[in-house]
Amino acid sequence: MDWFKKAKSGLTGKEKKEIPDGLWSKCPECGEIIYTKQLEESLWVCPNCEYHFRIPSHKYIRMILDNGELQEYDVDLESKDPLRFKDSKKYPDRIKAAQAKSGLKDAVKAGIGKIDSIDVSFAIMEFSFVGGSMGSVVGEKIARAIERAIEREIPLILVSCSGGARMQEGILSLMQMAKTSALLAVLAGKKIPFISVLTNPTTAGVMASYASLGDVIIAEPKALLGFAGPRVIQQTIGQDLPEGFQSSEFFLEKGFLDKIVNRSQLRETLILLLKYFQR
Amino acid sequence: MEERQILDFEKPIVELQKKISDMKDFASGANLELTGEIKSLESKVDKMRKEIFSGLTRWQKVLLARHPRRPYTLDYINYMTTDFIELHGDRYFADDKAIVGGFAKLDGKPVMIVGQQKGRDTKQKLYRNFGMPHPEGYRKALRLFKLAEKFNKPIVILVDTPGAFPGIGAEERGQAEAIARNLREMSILRVPIVIVVIGEGASGGALGIAVGDRVYMLQYSWYSVISPEGCAAILWRDNAFAPQAAEALKLTADDLMDLKIIDKIIDEPPGGAHNDPEGIAATVKSEILAVLTELEQLSVDDLLRQRLEKFRKLGVYQE
Ligand SMILES: [Zn+2]
Repeated sequence: MDWFKKAKSGLTGKEKKEIPDGLWSKCPECGEIIYTKQLEESLWVCPNCEYHFRIPSHKYIRMILDNGELQEYDVDLESKDPLRFKDSKKYPDRIKAAQAKSGLKDAVKAGIGKIDSIDVSFAIMEFSFVGGSMGSVVGEKIARAIERAIEREIPLILVSCSGGARMQEGILSLMQMAKTSALLAVLAGKKIPFISVLTNPTTAGVMASYASLGDVIIAEPKALLGFAGPRVIQQTIGQDLPEGFQSSEFFLEKGFLDKIVNRSQLRETLILLLKYFQR
Repeated sequence: MEERQILDFEKPIVELQKKISDMKDFASGANLELTGEIKSLESKVDKMRKEIFSGLTRWQKVLLARHPRRPYTLDYINYMTTDFIELHGDRYFADDKAIVGGFAKLDGKPVMIVGQQKGRDTKQKLYRNFGMPHPEGYRKALRLFKLAEKFNKPIVILVDTPGAFPGIGAEERGQAEAIARNLREMSILRVPIVIVVIGEGASGGALGIAVGDRVYMLQYSWYSVISPEGCAAILWRDNAFAPQAAEALKLTADDLMDLKIIDKIIDEPPGGAHNDPEGIAATVKSEILAVLTELEQLSVDDLLRQRLEKFRKLGVYQE
């Protein structure tokens, strides 16, 4: 990694500004300028401070599943506009924009994959799609992922990345919390393992439902985890929040997390756990 | 009656009511016969109230749900039940005053009754943390639900919260975990569960005690994924847009009936529950008793299957 540090020190302030997007990336945590190809190789973890860059769902699929393959289900599930919701934008326009940007129909991919040849029902959320928010489509796809785990008697792995329930579907979004949690009670009753993986951020409605209900809950380092958003808490109590509040490390310390796992160790950790869960 | 305890749209009604009561006082004092005048004013009040209340906006209904004189959980318990024995504490950390609960009898029928509790005056508001529970509140509720299950008593839940409390202690003690656990565990409690939203049903803070076999709403209560203020702050970047957010969120009892989320709307007395707390409590009680009789006909397996199905089917999407 020596060449890399040299590259950084060789840059002047002016040159830094002219770094073309894509070739070099700046770590938002420590400011390190990193060769993007190097960052890609390190699974988008800053080699200097271990900051975990947010990465799209397909990169996790490639990283975690055998051959990077997910046999996707329910790809055509699409949001409707039951509330005819409108703020500065109409909800259907928001969805269309998010679909165009992401190439996805909504904020989760779900299906069947293998991890070290073990079949798993797998779902992963996509933050770039309306903040990974959970409306009817996310709730339904998670529900079906749970049901696939139940039907096939295979472990369930949910990778969360979400700001919470989707406001634009109002009460229907809230009800997805109850729907998914109720199905997890069935799953638990059948003694089928569920590993919940939390990435940055996992908060509000998702954290207060399935993400908190894993047999084992693991998180990437320094993710924002919690119920209420930090800004809301700050405004409510009228004081600054303690350093590291609502981080993965805080969650671990308070007893709501089994383990913090570096992205490079994620697949290995899942394999180890899945083997322990085998009967 | 303090001025601030009257909502703007209630003012003309309250003023006319005062005029009637003054006239009655005057008539009896001066030994005058004013029955005709009084009668016509009374019918004018009724007409005015009907007019105002049939045209309420969603935001005005939110204000009614938050009316400072609206009956709260303990008022219902007081009016509806006998032999209430309040049970305290989650056995892990503390007793959360924002959630109350215990055994009680409805027309002699033993139930477990649990609900969020708001305070009436400043001191009580603080004591009850404005009806905003901490994790220990949700854990106390679950303890009481399991107690009911253990001794085969049906569960009655009254929902009235502006939200689960967003604070440092709440996060440290796992607000999200406490709510999530309740959602999962309540879905498999082996006794009938009836939920009535009596005031505010804000987000996970409400849902955390609102998974059950029947969900009813009072006519002027609201229930949504976020409060109008919270929604306005995020989507309009200004709390002042709460009325617009309330419209957009479709959060009234009528809306939730249309969206097939709730099972029934319980009509309130003219002018809202605060005009006749005893009356509305009697109505709520008879609704609860009627539905419990119905639910108790079901086998436990059927009860649980129907409860799961009730929540499983919620969602609107296309494929
Ligand atoms: Zn860094």
